[in-house]
Amino acid sequence: MLRMASSFPEEVLEHVFSFIYDDKDRNAISMVCKSWYEIERWCRRRIFVGNCYAVSPPMVIRRFPEVRSVELKGKPHFADFNLVPEGWGGYVYPWIAAMATAYPWLEEIRLKRMVVTDEALELIAKSFKNFKVLVLSSCEGFSTDGLAAIAANCRNLKELDLRESEVDDLSGHWLSHFPDSYTSLVSLNISCLGSEVSFSALERLVGRCPNLRTLRLNRAVPLDRLANILCRAPQLVELGTGTYSAELQPDVFSSLAGAFSGCKELRSLSGFWDAVPGYLPAIYPICPSLTSLNLSYATIQSTDLTKLVSQCQSLQRLWVLDYIEDIGLEALAAFCKDLRELRVFPSEPFAQEPNVSLTEQGLVSVSEGCPKLHSVLYFCRQMTNDALATIARNRPNMTRFRLCIIEPRAPDYITLQPLDDGFGAIVEHCKDLQRLSMAGLLTDRVFEHIGNHAKKLEMLSVAFAGDSDLGLHHVLSGCENLRKLEIRDCPFGDKALLVNAAKLETMRSLWMSSCSVSFGACKLLGQKIPRLNVEVMDERGPPGSRPESCPVEKLYIYRTVAGPRFDMPGFVWTMDEDSALRLS
Amino acid sequence: MEGGLGLLGVSGGGCSGASTNESTVSKVEVVVDAEASSYPIEAELELGLGLSIGGGSVGKGKSSVWGECGRILTAKDFPSLVSQPHRGHNNNNNNNNNSNATASACVAVSGTKRAAEPVSHEGESPTSISKLLCGSSQVVGWPPIRAYRINSLVNQAKASRSEEDKSFGEKDKSNDASKKICNGNKTNATGNEKGHLGFVKVNMDGVPIGRKVDLNAHTSYETLAQTLEEMFFRSTPPVSSMGGEKQQSANLSNLLDGLSEFVLTYEDKEGDWMLVGDVPWGMFLSSVKRLRIMRTSEANGLGPRFQDRNGIQISKPV
Repeated sequence: MLRMASSFPEEVLEHVFSFIYDDKDRNAISMVCKSWYEIERWCRRRIFVGNCYAVSPPMVIRRFPEVRSVELKGKPHFADFNLVPEGWGGYVYPWIAAMATAYPWLEEIRLKRMVVTDEALELIAKSFKNFKVLVLSSCEGFSTDGLAAIAANCRNLKELDLRESEVDDLSGHWLSHFPDSYTSLVSLNISCLGSEVSFSALERLVGRCPNLRTLRLNRAVPLDRLANILCRAPQLVELGTGTYSAELQPDVFSSLAGAFSGCKELRSLSGFWDAVPGYLPAIYPICPSLTSLNLSYATIQSTDLTKLVSQCQSLQRLWVLDYIEDIGLEALAAFCKDLRELRVFPSEPFAQEPNVSLTEQGLVSVSEGCPKLHSVLYFCRQMTNDALATIARNRPNMTRFRLCIIEPRAPDYITLQPLDDGFGAIVEHCKDLQRLSMAGLLTDRVFEHIGNHAKKLEMLSVAFAGDSDLGLHHVLSGCENLRKLEIRDCPFGDKALLVNAAKLETMRSLWMSSCSVSFGACKLLGQKIPRLNVEVMDERGPPGSRPESCPVEKLYIYRTVAGPRFDMPGFVWTMDEDSALRLS
Repeated sequence: MEGGLGLLGVSGGGCSGASTNESTVSKVEVVVDAEASSYPIEAELELGLGLSIGGGSVGKGKSSVWGECGRILTAKDFPSLVSQPHRGHNNNNNNNNNSNATASACVAVSGTKRAAEPVSHEGESPTSISKLLCGSSQVVGWPPIRAYRINSLVNQAKASRSEEDKSFGEKDKSNDASKKICNGNKTNATGNEKGHLGFVKVNMDGVPIGRKVDLNAHTSYETLAQTLEEMFFRSTPPVSSMGGEKQQSANLSNLLDGLSEFVLTYEDKEGDWMLVGDVPWGMFLSSVKRLRIMRTSEANGLGPRFQDRNGIQISKPV
């Protein structure tokens, strides 16, 4: 065996490995034998850390000394919905500081749900001479000053994408820090910023960057400036407009329509804040070639929406508000046969009564008419088991299915039964289902279905569901590929967790909030399984000040080789061997 | 096995107290073995193996626990959230308030809580904004929509509310309408420098952990102050009953009347710190960047003290 492994010179193996990009494949290669492990680690250029606390920067650097691209994720997904208090963690600075010395040739940093400070951005700007890509997805903690540092210093920057981050928006002046000599911009996404950037600086920037293909503007860019920007970048492939609203004026309209027509490569549109129907026809000429359309900020009604989508025969992805209604979704099903992904967001998420005629029928129509549909996020107010079963039978190729019924615990509105069988049909028919979020009235039975059938399921989100620990046990014992499980407001307690404790080490993370897991069980888990961090979040004070049987507010368990973290705020405690000593 | 609600709120016998260390350890070891073998799942939950961490037994659930550590009500306590008037409430009630609490406060344990149900306050039109913001579910993080989406919708609602005879979502949009919307949103776009007016940070002197509060969930200073009081002064839980008038115990500070140890202040667009309550609510909303609960002793020089006005009372909306 040793002979065979060393029969190829290192350089040859390294060359072969350079064609392998996927992390899983790379990991597999590294486990073949020691020499392959060594060769592979020296030539791995890209690393992905799905939980920044699963490993420490020195560990990563020690193993992979020549990395060019890093992707890190921080807070748990439920942080998106305000369930993770401020100060929880996810700080990127320690990573940047370590990489500044170890990876001087780092080119790409992609972060999700992490706390990024201006100091971190300044350090990035100073440390990496060939820095090219910065993607900050749902991050926070930095201001436009940090962006100014990036703009001013990163000569080779190609991509700056701030999607959905929370930026302390001091002014729009940062954009002017791109020097006049800077021309390498390929992708810019500032849609989350509130303040105005200088329009002339923006136009000049766009005009001097010939490779610009993605431009997502923010709401503060008015409609009458859009034509000028487009004319300077006819090669654009992806555009996010600013406010899509203005007084209807023929000259504004015609220059806008002309500008859009000039963008022959345009395939993706977004933005459309406050969209006014009168200006929609300006994009009709490019609709037939659009593959992606995000209208989820556009408060246009179903008639106009229907007219619009009916012209988008190449559409693969549609994000839209529920103003589209069932009737618009029927049109979608009829005209957009290449549709792969649909997201329907609620226009009035907190209203008691429905404000639009969007029901389960809309989703059924799309599932019938669009054979390639595999990714769905759908907010609605009513659902039936029959509809879910129909969708499941229509679309066995479904891979991501997220349903949210506005009212928690809503039953099948016709039979008044739980929706167990409907979701059961989904997991039974859709054998490649990777991600599932459930809604409505659900008993332990749905979890039994999931445990029995959802063998490829990797991520499951559960809220206000189940009757007992049996539900959780079904999932933990049955779903072989489960990586992320997030649960809120379910009557799950200690038993299922403790019985399936070993399973937790095979997953990235488990979140449970407003459930019935006791402090004692958390301690037990933390003590018995050293490679899990069992973190208890409780804003009532130290869990040790209450009886062991008392349930914790929130629980976040994740596997790690880095041991407990030390950057926790006062309301987070790690349960480990020492916790018995540290917690009074 | 009893259903979910059966696990809660049943006043049970005394907690058996922590089991001894040895027995706990041995139970775990048994568990690990069982987990390795194929485990038969029966209709009745047999997972128990007597795993009782600190008391309670299979089937009875944690009922006995509640009395000891205080009862934290969550949305699961309430069979239906539909059309239950919100009587915004407090956690840490003891198990007197168990499942008969059909008066709903859906207080999620994390602490950030929405305000009371919509009532027309101080000239704010109840139609669009309250319809948009307030509904049956007062649970944190539900429905699961990102804050920037919610804020974006609300900003659009604010714009259209200026049209008296057009309700939000109306299909007919004339030139006038689009003009109004455009103007309304220009204000919002520039007045809203963070791009998400709704959630603003709140810090309190002496408390290291900042919070965030959704300003769009409130239509008046009173509800905002109530929410903040509950967020930050929970360490002295009042003995309040569910529903009815919200009691303000002597321990709770009243942030608006200028009589307590703390005052509520905000930083406006220009970076100045102002006392909350001086300007009309709408004007406040368009200029506030963040909030701070400041010690009264440090609040001198912030501007005229907030005068007690009629109609500013901490009372429950009808």
